[in-house]
Amino acid sequence: MKWKTLLLSISFGTLFILASCRDDPYKQGRILYQNFCASCHMDDGSGLAGNIPPLAGADYVAQHQEALACIIRYGMEGEVVVNGTTYNNPMEGIGALSDFEITNVINYINHSWGNDYGYMTYGEVKKALANCSED
Amino acid sequence: MRPFSKLGLALSLLLLFSTACQQQAELPILSPKDDRGSFLPVPDFSFVNQDSMPVSRATFAGKAYVADFFFTSCPTICPVMAQQMLRIQRHFSGDSRLLLLSHTIDPGRDTVPRLKTYAENLGAIPGKWHFVTGDKDSLYDMADDYYNLVVEDQNLPDGFDHSGRFTLVGPKGYIRSYCNGTSPEEVGQFIKDIETLLHEMEDATAQH
Ligand code: HEC
Repeated sequence: MKWKTLLLSISFGTLFILASCRDDPYKQGRILYQNFCASCHMDDGSGLAGNIPPLAGADYVAQHQEALACIIRYGMEGEVVVNGTTYNNPMEGIGALSDFEITNVINYINHSWGNDYGYMTYGEVKKALANCSED
Repeated sequence: MRPFSKLGLALSLLLLFSTACQQQAELPILSPKDDRGSFLPVPDFSFVNQDSMPVSRATFAGKAYVADFFFTSCPTICPVMAQQMLRIQRHFSGDSRLLLLSHTIDPGRDTVPRLKTYAENLGAIPGKWHFVTGDKDSLYDMADDYYNLVVEDQNLPDGFDHSGRFTLVGPKGYIRSYCNGTSPEEVGQFIKDIETLLHEMEDATAQH
């Protein structure tokens, strides 16, 4: 009887942990996103009308995976076209994020709000950051 | 429990539910009072909007309006506030009795052309949503009058400390409601308050 209870609680416990991992595989990325990006790009990644571009369903994000790390660290300015709309407001870099944290933010964005843009590894992000162009 | 108390309980519960569902019939006046106890309307002001047109209290005569304070390069709360102002504009897009008034707190950088670009990119309806700039002290004084906190502070990432409040002003210039403009839930209630005020204005015109 005791063994059965123990076995049962272990299996349910494992199931529970597995389920919660599955629910939130991008936990750090999500928290970082909320603290460093959501004020501008919004919780749902929709951006702000014609002033701040979206990250959700954004062709730019899908097509410029190698540029994301540099944008996050050093910011971006000048015109950028996202889903056919031209945006032109400077974004300042988020210098507080480590290479590892940037990787987690990118993977959170790549798999949120219906996005399915694949994975960036820590190695790829490190390499991208070493080659950010000066502009 | 005696049958009487059961009935009493049922009745009071019913009363509770019915009042909870009912919309508040009238909004309170939240403006400060003078020495004699009469409410003080928002003082007159003189700013210029994104279309280089003067904007003053007369612009809003007989109208209700929502006032807030922001600046275009603000990295913290302003984009979310703008998103919520857009939501209010969308909700009342067909009702010319409600206007919106956004003041920059960074008039040094937020010139008229810059406000115009910002407003157009947002999709602000001309004549409905005014983005104004002007004398810095006057802008900050008005923030006080709308119960908004605005302090310049170079140590903050924004360079400003501001509360992000939305203030609802009625047709007589009295403050009728306010909310935290960064909270979608509070703005939801605020939209209901605006509806209540517009009903009240309807009743007032019907009486006269
Ligand atoms: C202060 C507001 C602000 C913050 C905070 C911010 N961004 Fe941006 N972001 C912008 C603006 C504005 C642009 C457009 C830049 C331009 O016009 O050149 C932009 C552009 C982008 C782009 C490229 C265009 C697009 O939408 O695909 C990406 C990717 C991006 N930001 C990601 C992020 C991430 C990730 C964070 C958080 C780590 C972040 N941003 C934080 C304002 C912000």
